[in-house]
Amino acid sequence: MIAVIINGEHRQFDHPITLVTLLEQMQLNGKRIALERNGEIVPRGQFDQQLLANGDRLEIVVAVGGG
Amino acid sequence: MKQDNLLIAGKTYRSRLLIGTGKYRDFSETQAAVEASGAEIITIAIRRSNIGQNPNEPNLLDILPPSRYTLLPNTAGCYSANDAVRTLRLARELLNGHSLVKLEVLGDPQSLYPNVVETIAAAKILVAEGFQVMVYTSDDPIVAKQLEDVGCVAIMPLASLIGSGMGILNPWNLQLIMERVQVPVIVDAGVGTASDAAIAMELGCHGVLMNTAIAAAQQPVWMASAMKAAVEAGRLAYLAGRMPKKLYSASPSSPVSGLIS
Repeated sequence: MIAVIINGEHRQFDHPITLVTLLEQMQLNGKRIALERNGEIVPRGQFDQQLLANGDRLEIVVAVGGG
Repeated sequence: MKQDNLLIAGKTYRSRLLIGTGKYRDFSETQAAVEASGAEIITIAIRRSNIGQNPNEPNLLDILPPSRYTLLPNTAGCYSANDAVRTLRLARELLNGHSLVKLEVLGDPQSLYPNVVETIAAAKILVAEGFQVMVYTSDDPIVAKQLEDVGCVAIMPLASLIGSGMGILNPWNLQLIMERVQVPVIVDAGVGTASDAAIAMELGCHGVLMNTAIAAAQQPVWMASAMKAAVEAGRLAYLAGRMPKKLYSASPSSPVSGLIS
């Protein structure tokens, strides 16, 4: 079991999945997002190589209106 | 008159009005206001993608394409240098390496007054990482100079508190800042209506950044047009050089001779 925190919410997965699979599950694949894993930026090109690990903290962000 | 452009970090802009994209009713209103304002530099915020949000919801970047506008990601809502730096690293990744950013580190959620100590700390890190930092700050001329010295490409002092619409409360401090720094000085925050923007430009500020003054107007698109005109008028008046103020004038505008009797 893998327990992670994504955008502040606890999530669990039965087995390690790649970031691409995660984004697919969240319907965010191909969207204009940026991803930080444990405080470090993960470049888009590495989404299919990096596996979620127990204890990971992810931030997935988008652009919104702001001043 | 020759072309009067705003120069920031080596890039020229025709418009001296920079606007935010928050608080609009919907994206179509955002788009219409941006269009009416003539602004080329548009601020955006970076937020967590909402888990469970409608995946087909339009994205702000679809209506304001980076190919057409210079998007200026901000750090609104950040209260520490660390959070601001993380936010802008994410922004740079989101915008494919874009390095022009708006740094703001707030000190207090009621006033949204900037925390200049954290702001300077964040600016140092960001400049070292290759960001071009336009920085929101207080109207303290010493802090403004320090921010320029650490490498910020524009100093953006408040005219009054964010979202207050109180206008230019301390024109003297803005002048002190403009005397001390070489990079563009852009009034950021506090403008409430067109005359405020014109006053900022007449003082010699290089530009004005606003959001709420347009978005919270009864007719935001009209106000965007008004702000465009005000910034242009204020800039032109500054360049023209105003007449001196005096209590009264012994020199009427009409000839003193040739009056009928």
